[in-house]
Amino acid sequence: MATDTSAAGHAADAAAAPGMPQLDFSNWGNQIFWLLVTLVVIYFVLSRIALPRIAAVLAERQGTITNDIAAAEQLKAKAAEAEEAYNLALANARTEAQRIVAETKAEIQADLDAATAQADAEIAAKTAESEKAIGEIRAGALESIREVATDTAQEIVTALGGKADADAVKAAVQARMKG
Amino acid sequence: MASEAHGAEEGGLTFHPMDQFQLESFFGDGPIGMFTITNATVWMALAIVCVVAMMVFGSSRRAIVPSRAQSVAELAYGFIYKMVEDVAGKDAVKFFPYIMTLFMFIVFANFLGLIPMSFTTTSHFAVTVVLALLVFVTVTVVGFVKNGASFLALFWVSSAPLALRPVLAVIEIISYFVRPVSHSIRLAGNVMAGHAVIKVFAAFAAALVVNEIPTAVGAIVTPLSILGITALYALEVLVAFIQAYVFAILTCVYLRDALHPSH
Repeated sequence: MATDTSAAGHAADAAAAPGMPQLDFSNWGNQIFWLLVTLVVIYFVLSRIALPRIAAVLAERQGTITNDIAAAEQLKAKAAEAEEAYNLALANARTEAQRIVAETKAEIQADLDAATAQADAEIAAKTAESEKAIGEIRAGALESIREVATDTAQEIVTALGGKADADAVKAAVQARMKG
Repeated sequence: MASEAHGAEEGGLTFHPMDQFQLESFFGDGPIGMFTITNATVWMALAIVCVVAMMVFGSSRRAIVPSRAQSVAELAYGFIYKMVEDVAGKDAVKFFPYIMTLFMFIVFANFLGLIPMSFTTTSHFAVTVVLALLVFVTVTVVGFVKNGASFLALFWVSSAPLALRPVLAVIEIISYFVRPVSHSIRLAGNVMAGHAVIKVFAAFAAALVVNEIPTAVGAIVTPLSILGITALYALEVLVAFIQAYVFAILTCVYLRDALHPSH
């Protein structure tokens, strides 16, 4: 067998030590010594260097995250404020615009009313003038008719061989025209 | 029995399932004294190197947005820190570096032990007994320092009927002193058993090339053995982490008893 030599070597070991190397108490001291050294080294490395450093990093990250969230919240509030202000300005502008429209409308209406009134007055004045002129013309015409009628009556009377009494004719025409 | 456990030859197959646990002087063949550098010493040193690499160099950049290595270090930190806080209570946080030390050492010793041809330090009772006794002594001392004689209330189950309490006290005391035993044997036993079984499978895996065994038998046994090694190795990876976790969480449970002994 190829493994004869090593097997023989182990057989020698086996004779000295119990079956499980774990129960060979002769080397427990060695293992315990090196284990304690190992644990102390790991403990100091962890508690002095690694763990504080990682704790600091984690705390810093937590702080950064908290700060960032706070900043984001602040910005969000600012944005909401700005939106509110914008909406307010918009509403104000709208009311202002409506007010201006109403004012302008009222102004135009007033101007229009004034112009209409003036035009009415002018028209009324013109009408009155015209009526007066018509009245005068009519009066003139009546007078002329009376004269013409009197003259005509006198002429007719004369032509018929009578002697025209001016006053009588006048009175007759007058009476006729009244009737 | 000795030759059977330590190394046996049957039908041409060579079984040395326990050889991997043999402590040997690392430099030369001399006898192992108290301070001799052995293979165990070397693998413990490698565990230190791994812990330093992961926890110190991994976190050396102190980045707000962590690199992969730093993430792993932070994950380990957060995992154990949360466990200590949740299981042992907020006032147990000052023992966190201690529990972290135990966990990191065990987890790296276990995983380094899974490297073929390596030496598994946590498979030795000398190691796990010391680890468990350290916890036991710490917990007992902390219990008495924090609570004085009222720490003994841990053994006096005040919620039980008065007649039962002495009986329960005896049981509680026994279970208290059995803690370090189960604590240490659980770890070493799990690790050792897994590694030994892998070695047994490994010996069977040679069936195909051993002259005394018919090739037909070897053709079946060898692939099955390799499959067995693979499956067991996967299981051992799981066990390596779980046993470290169990050791740490039990330490937390014991610590909670010490800090808050009332049931």
